[in-house]
Amino acid sequence: MTGDRRLKLGGFAVVLVIALALPFLFGAYQVGQFTLVLCYAIAVLGLNLLVGYGGLISLGHGAFFALGAYTSAILIDKADVAPLATVPVAAAVCFAAGLLLGLPALRIRGLYLALVTLAVAIAVPQLIKRFDALTGGTQGLNVPRPTTPSWVPLADDQFLYFLTLAFAIVMFVLAANLVRGRIGRALAAMRESEAAAKATGVNLARLKTGAFAVSALYAGVGGSLYVFSIGFVAPESFTLTISFAFLAAVVVGGLGTIGGAIFGALFIEFVPVYASDVNEALAGVIYGAVLIAFMFALRDGVMGLLRQIAQALTTKEGRDERETAVRLAGGDRRRGAAPSGGMRA
Amino acid sequence: MERLIQTLVDGVATGSLYGALALAVVLIFRTSGIVNFAQGEMAMFSTFVAWGLLEAGLPVGLAILATLGLSLLGGMVIERVLMRPFEGGDHLTLAIVTLGLFILVNSGAGWIWGFENRSFPSIFPDDTIGVGGVDVPLESVGIVVLLLAVVGVLYLFFQRTKLGLALRAVSVNPESSRLSGISVGRTLMVGWGIAALVGALAGALIAPRLFLDVNFMGGVLIYSFAAATLGGFDSPLGAIVGGWIIGVTEDLATTYVDFIGSDLKILVPLVIILVVLLVRPAGLFGTREVTRV
Repeated sequence: MTGDRRLKLGGFAVVLVIALALPFLFGAYQVGQFTLVLCYAIAVLGLNLLVGYGGLISLGHGAFFALGAYTSAILIDKADVAPLATVPVAAAVCFAAGLLLGLPALRIRGLYLALVTLAVAIAVPQLIKRFDALTGGTQGLNVPRPTTPSWVPLADDQFLYFLTLAFAIVMFVLAANLVRGRIGRALAAMRESEAAAKATGVNLARLKTGAFAVSALYAGVGGSLYVFSIGFVAPESFTLTISFAFLAAVVVGGLGTIGGAIFGALFIEFVPVYASDVNEALAGVIYGAVLIAFMFALRDGVMGLLRQIAQALTTKEGRDERETAVRLAGGDRRRGAAPSGGMRA
Repeated sequence: MERLIQTLVDGVATGSLYGALALAVVLIFRTSGIVNFAQGEMAMFSTFVAWGLLEAGLPVGLAILATLGLSLLGGMVIERVLMRPFEGGDHLTLAIVTLGLFILVNSGAGWIWGFENRSFPSIFPDDTIGVGGVDVPLESVGIVVLLLAVVGVLYLFFQRTKLGLALRAVSVNPESSRLSGISVGRTLMVGWGIAALVGALAGALIAPRLFLDVNFMGGVLIYSFAAATLGGFDSPLGAIVGGWIIGVTEDLATTYVDFIGSDLKILVPLVIILVVLLVRPAGLFGTREVTRV
């Protein structure tokens, strides 16, 4: 077992213990907030698979979150389906929608995917309002929340939290396995150079469409669980703002990380709550400033920072490695300075 | 028939405005390879500045002229402060930075001016002229003429001035331009300034047709992206022609297709973007992207 892997498992254990303890330490309202954090974290993780690992930027992640939420809400409200049974349906519907939108994948190079998904994100509230017979229009839909079984000795909010946590753990473990294997390597290759990835036998069209569909599936699961915890859906919850919030969460947590989704989700749940006390525009100002500032100074997000701290603290080798790396980088820079500086001047 | 002609004229006028913002997007994309997602919000901010000058008592023409000057400066400052450090960076980073700017400008304007609707006066008289038995709003004619004049001036600027030549050189090959003595950074700065100016003009012309609020350019941006995609992302002419096609299609669809109406007209640009990407990804006038390995 390498040091890096030990560190990751250790981090996972710490987060898990905190997650299990939370509902017993806080009141019902806060537990509800943490449940929402878990819903967002699942969606953010899906977006990070696409953006951080694959280098494909999507601004329409909120659209799939909405699709998952409305799939569950409509099934529960109109067809009396048991809430839990709607989660896989929402996942499947979003996966299919992701495939469909990702079909022009070969064409959707670089920024075009961002354009298409931005248009989708803007269209979503309009679409929801247009099909009001099904969606309840601007009024929204009230959805009964899953009831706590009588044999479970937990309050409603605690039960809902653990239910969401169970889904979150499964989704996080699946994602961690996905990026560690062949697909993760193919995604990284595509992100670094499409031409090189293609030359080594990566089927770009299939990989892009697949990545898009899987990220949509994650958003769908998150959206479906979101309905359980809020008990209500309306078009105003799924404007462009939520798509931007998801992207900000990915950047804050750290592009191309699994655990970063948790920090990102905490950020987008709690920042607006406190910011709106000051000014209703403040949350947006913070999101925008954070996106730019992290690109300037903290490109690997909170996870990158944690990784550096952990490596420097936990192992002597880590410390030595870091020192060597710093020395080497400094040396390289000195050696390389003359010719490239000459070119630039 | 009368309804059709009016729809067409109106479509061309609206399309000219989409084309103007698309032109701003294309100008930046050509010179620096960045799709500036914040272009619409920058235009919105400029329009609010113009509104502020109007409130301060300036006549509408003068307020807009002053705003154009301020936007030119503002665009240059944004390039120098925000974009320059990322020059030559990967497109994911650049996209995230311009998106950050999008959100920052949008919320910043909300903080300064609030979120309510405001009306914005038109610089054209509220009159119609008869063309072949159809009453055409003077505003529509004015917008089309003004935009064509802007395109003409930009064409002369790019073809006949040294700065225009430098901008074209940088867009083709920044490395070689730098070696032949062009200051790439300063040139890009000018490019951003001009784009912000054109965007501000678009904002000031669109605002009277909609209401002025912090989100009024969001929808327009999507139409402009559709126009730029259709025309070819690196073609200024394509941006204008694309804008006209999008504007006319939108007006025809909302007038004659009941299913779309005014609720679903946002689907028009989305479908156009998807179809163009599938059928002819370089757009009508764009150059095909060639990847060198």
